[in-house]
Amino acid sequence: MLTITNLHASVEDHKILKGLSLEVKRGETHAIMGPNGSGKSTLASVLAGKEDYEITEGTITFKGEDLTEMAPEERAREGLFLAFQYPIELPGVSTMQFLKTAVNSIRKHRGQGDMNVAEFLKLMREKADFVNLDHELMQRSVNEGFSGGEKKRAEIFQMAILDPQLAILDETDSGLDIDALRIVADGVNKMRSDERSFIIITHYQRLLNYVVPDFVHILLDGRIVKSGGPELALELEKKGYDWIKEESGEAIVA
Amino acid sequence: MLTLKPTSDFYNRALQEYDRVFSGDGAPRPFADLRLRGRDAFQALGIPTKKHEEWKYTDIRRALPGDVSFANQCELRITRDDVASHAIPGLDARTVVVVNGVFEPALSDLDDLGEIVITSLREAKVTHVALLQEHFGHYAEVNDSSFVALNSAFDLDGVFLYVPNGVIVEQPIRILHAIDLDKEAIVQSRHLFVFGKNSQARVIETHYARTGSANSFGNHVTEIVVGEDAVIDHYRVEDEGDNAAQVNTTQVYQQDRSVFSTTTFTFASGLVRNNVNVVVDGEHCESILNGLYIARGDQHVDNHTLVDHAKPGCTSSELYKGIIYDRATGVFNGKVLVRRAAQQTNAYQQSQGVVLSDDADHYSKPELEIYADDVKCSHGSTTGEIDPDALFYCRARGISFEDARSLLLYAFAHDVVRQVKLEPLRDWLNTRIDERLD
Repeated sequence: MLTITNLHASVEDHKILKGLSLEVKRGETHAIMGPNGSGKSTLASVLAGKEDYEITEGTITFKGEDLTEMAPEERAREGLFLAFQYPIELPGVSTMQFLKTAVNSIRKHRGQGDMNVAEFLKLMREKADFVNLDHELMQRSVNEGFSGGEKKRAEIFQMAILDPQLAILDETDSGLDIDALRIVADGVNKMRSDERSFIIITHYQRLLNYVVPDFVHILLDGRIVKSGGPELALELEKKGYDWIKEESGEAIVA
Repeated sequence: MLTLKPTSDFYNRALQEYDRVFSGDGAPRPFADLRLRGRDAFQALGIPTKKHEEWKYTDIRRALPGDVSFANQCELRITRDDVASHAIPGLDARTVVVVNGVFEPALSDLDDLGEIVITSLREAKVTHVALLQEHFGHYAEVNDSSFVALNSAFDLDGVFLYVPNGVIVEQPIRILHAIDLDKEAIVQSRHLFVFGKNSQARVIETHYARTGSANSFGNHVTEIVVGEDAVIDHYRVEDEGDNAAQVNTTQVYQQDRSVFSTTTFTFASGLVRNNVNVVVDGEHCESILNGLYIARGDQHVDNHTLVDHAKPGCTSSELYKGIIYDRATGVFNGKVLVRRAAQQTNAYQQSQGVVLSDDADHYSKPELEIYADDVKCSHGSTTGEIDPDALFYCRARGISFEDARSLLLYAFAHDVVRQVKLEPLRDWLNTRIDERLD
């Protein structure tokens, strides 16, 4: 599904990703963990197509196509979804209008017609229940007045509506209390399938107790320095990031 | 495209035209005193240049026609069908028609007026002498503005609207200002609306020009008197097309405990300068001045407002938003004057401009002149581009750049539109805004 080879990316001439490689196959759930400043958000932004980032070396292919050639909306229409770490508020843009436009853009890309209003409302309500999101919030402007937890749940709600093939969750667990965390994890688990892949970017291991990944990668200083199964996350939790820094000490100095 | 004509040409021709009209045929002319004062004031003031602070951002001279011919000399071609085709869908309004500055009773709905009065100013001078004596020309001061002076100097026969004390006018009144010209002309109109104590009404003024009309320069003055305890909502929609320039002065006078709102929408136009002046000469009044302008091409929209708080305990609130494309220019200059006696005044002003290209300009200049010491006054002014994070968020959801931009601009404009109280009017405005935003 997604192949990243030796990716180097910078923002305003600061090198952030320094040779990151990753392969995510269809149906797999990969977790990427790393300390602050390791490049987690940069990876998410580069995959989604944020313009502030410059790719200086390396390739990214998504379903066999060069992802870097695609505009952000194209990537979304091809089935890539990013759950933002800090979801944006859009005052005056109704949630319904926003999602209907998004859904129909994606459907058009797939050669399908617009969804009719009744169908769409039903879909919205179904998916809101998915993440325990109050139907009243649907009447509001996108993310306006939502609490931190509501915003994160709303991202999962949007994901459920847009039905992506590759979903990237950028620190979705940060700022969530245990109940909200369980609801979000539940939503994600319900969406796991052989057809859908996930990249879960997180600082803490906690979410991974609920959404057990197939693979865990540790990101340090712009590169993946260690990969393993779900137990790697537990080991990291126990030993802390310093353990990894020591282990890969020599490699980083270069 | 309006071509540049030398200023002095217009100034001298205007004075010559006045003198020609007043050449000694001895016929009685209503409002002759005011007209003479207007002429003298215009002669003294001249045409403002960009060196005048009030006209700093707007070079009005480039919009002035070289030949001061007065449009009301053109033949009337607008029909009842034309008027009907401009109705606001779903809005049951009483339509009053003004063509090229002249009130046309034959095209207007004047049946079953009940207690309200809608007539021409000339007629009102005869039938409502006292009211005209009390109000006409008392608020729009010729010595304060060349354009008020110019307007006052010429033939004054627009709409006199009078709502007596205690009358609630259920049906909105819609004044359709139409421009229909074969050749370049100046179009002036002068109106007086008097709302009695405890009255209520909604007035919607819309400006349009017939397709193919020649260049026009409009100079309009409307005086509005809002009596004690009256509640009046006023709207102005300017959509004449890029051949039409306009200076529009709305001069409002509020008395005790009255509530007045006015919202100006500027869509397709040439150079437009709106002066909305509200003198709050009563206690415990509320004044709302809102505006939305969407300027494209080479359009120039200049909104000047003045809220003059003369008495205590009043609230005023202003929200002006501009969306500027291409090489267009938007200007907001809002002055709030709080006189020494106006204690406990709450005055809020917010001006926002979105510029969508490198050549688009937006100027926002708030002015607060405060002489009272127990007041709450605030103003906010921002000019910028669309939030790139918001744009990216939309695109990351599959929405194209153009659709994302429209969604966000529509949301930006929404703040002003949602305050419009009449739903069919809101819907009609939303449709027009949609069209205008790409």
